Amino acid sequence: MNIELFFQYIVAGVTYGTIYAIVAIGFNIIYNATGIINFAQGEFVMLGGMTAVSLSTFMPLPSAIISAVVIVMIIGALIEVLFIRWLTNPSVLRMIIITIGLSILIREIALFIWGEGVRALPYFTGTSVTTLSVGDVHISPQVLWATGISAVTVIALNLFFNYTLLGRQMRACSSNRNAARLCGINTRNMVTLSFTLSAGIGALGGCVVSPMTYVQYDSGTGLAIKGFTVAILGGLGNSMAAVAAGMLLGILESFSIWIMPTAYKDVISISILLGMLFIKPSGLFGSAETSRLKDF
Amino acid sequence: MYRRKYLQIIGLVAAVVGVQLAASFTNTTHHLTQLTMTGYYSLVIVGLCLLMGYAGQISLGHAGFFAIGGYISAFLTTYNLLPYKDRMFVSLIAKTGMLVNRRELYGNEALNFHPWAACIIAVLSAMVIAYVIGRPVLKLKGHYLAMATLGFGIIVYRIVLGTESLGAADGISDMPGFVLFPGLEISGKSSLRIRNYYVAWGLVIISVILLVNLIHSRIGRALRAIHGAEDAADAMGINTAKYKLNIFVLSAVFAAIGGVFLTHYNGGIGPSEASIMKSVRYVAIVAIGGMANLWGALIMGSILNFLSLRGYLGSYDDALFGVILIVIMLFAPEGLISRDIIGNIRALFHKSPAKGPL
Repeated sequence: MNIELFFQYIVAGVTYGTIYAIVAIGFNIIYNATGIINFAQGEFVMLGGMTAVSLSTFMPLPSAIISAVVIVMIIGALIEVLFIRWLTNPSVLRMIIITIGLSILIREIALFIWGEGVRALPYFTGTSVTTLSVGDVHISPQVLWATGISAVTVIALNLFFNYTLLGRQMRACSSNRNAARLCGINTRNMVTLSFTLSAGIGALGGCVVSPMTYVQYDSGTGLAIKGFTVAILGGLGNSMAAVAAGMLLGILESFSIWIMPTAYKDVISISILLGMLFIKPSGLFGSAETSRLKDF
Repeated sequence: MYRRKYLQIIGLVAAVVGVQLAASFTNTTHHLTQLTMTGYYSLVIVGLCLLMGYAGQISLGHAGFFAIGGYISAFLTTYNLLPYKDRMFVSLIAKTGMLVNRRELYGNEALNFHPWAACIIAVLSAMVIAYVIGRPVLKLKGHYLAMATLGFGIIVYRIVLGTESLGAADGISDMPGFVLFPGLEISGKSSLRIRNYYVAWGLVIISVILLVNLIHSRIGRALRAIHGAEDAADAMGINTAKYKLNIFVLSAVFAAIGGVFLTHYNGGIGPSEASIMKSVRYVAIVAIGGMANLWGALIMGSILNFLSLRGYLGSYDDALFGVILIVIMLFAPEGLISRDIIGNIRALFHKSPAKGPL
């Protein structure tokens, strides 16, 4: 393999890794706030992409994306208020089944609204054949857009969680809900906020990558599974680790095409997930000490 | 207690016979085709019910075991070994009497595994795979367990979808019928419809008898203890890991048997049988039935599968399952067929003022 091809694979891996990381961060936000895994996370990504495509037919691209993100955020908040908020101490099994049900429902509604067709937003700059060449490595500007916007999102999230009152309240709520409540934090609102935030991030991810990967009513499931793999790989709840794990998985996948047919690409990533769960469920970057206190 | 147990089984037998008689009298025996398929799916469901409801372990990968059973038996009974007749391995198998010569659809000679041999190999494979997967997977709990089993299901799905010799997206078709013993063949021929109906539901009845006895035994009590509080059960001296693994393997075997028989009945299998949606559907049905409620799962499973197979639910099939999952889990986590359901609904509308110091 020559060095150009090597870098080309890296670029492809990073592109996919970005998407996976975004979905994983969405998982982590909700997981941190509630201790549940939202199996409908991939559907937020799909909804974001689809809504933006529909909106972009009658408004300029940037405003279409922003409106799509806002709409999906509202949907996320509604889902929490309607289905999650009023349950008292639901079991994990119950939550898994409810969120799976939601994901099916959202998918079917999307099928009803948009049909089975494959859609995509236009490229943000240039067209599908525009490339920036660095030496012999060709990069689509959209890759830069995707990684750039994701990077900004991750940094913004970090600032939000560390330096704003609201972000700190959310963190307090995730580390000890009862103590947070005693300090006067409305923990229920924090949960709603976490769904809103995570829906928004998913939707933004969906908008950014849709020119390259396309969206379809059922593209959420695959993304959710990859995102979850990445979240586990990095250590559930750890958003920065998710970014690293996302890149890792993306690159591994893009190199796996080398040794195995493309049809088995998912098999590789899920085998990695299973291996990780069997050997070290606390994740690549999770500490063994804290994991001893947790139930896997 | 015991009388009730047998009354229920007699009730099931009576229902099975009654449905057949009703169908024959009203000249609607074509419904029996879907009912037969429903019967085989019910095998998966009662197995999963044991795992989820009684042992408390979720599995989002049971369609994988169903597909392993179906695909292995389909592959072995259709893959022509004639070109390899003289290879040592093949001639060794031939000596054990596991191979049969038959004429294919277009009159070509073919050398395949006997359906019985294929069936046994398929079920044993599912068993071994369940054992190997189950050992590490069942150490996990909650989301991790759900995701690991889901991952297993996806791997099976991707493999059958991506493998050329398993027919890729088309699956395997043109399977020979499965002659259980002379005079009783499992195949989709309409002349054999009533017999096949009884084979399917006979299997269901046998499994239900097995499971009911299991639930009311020491093992069943141990399982419920695990479901209630695993650590407490462990402390009481119950080997929780062993029980969980055995039940996982048992439920995988049920799924695989369902897969083998349904595949023979349909004459083939496609990758959709291994899809995630199928696994979710099985979980949904067990949940609707009320988790630890074998009869509930069996009844709801029969009704929903039959409606879905007959196509009454149209294109809203999947959506309906989603809605059912949400509604049941929100309002009646104990299942539809449960004694508390009326109380639950009443409690929903009459919110009594909160009691106690809070």
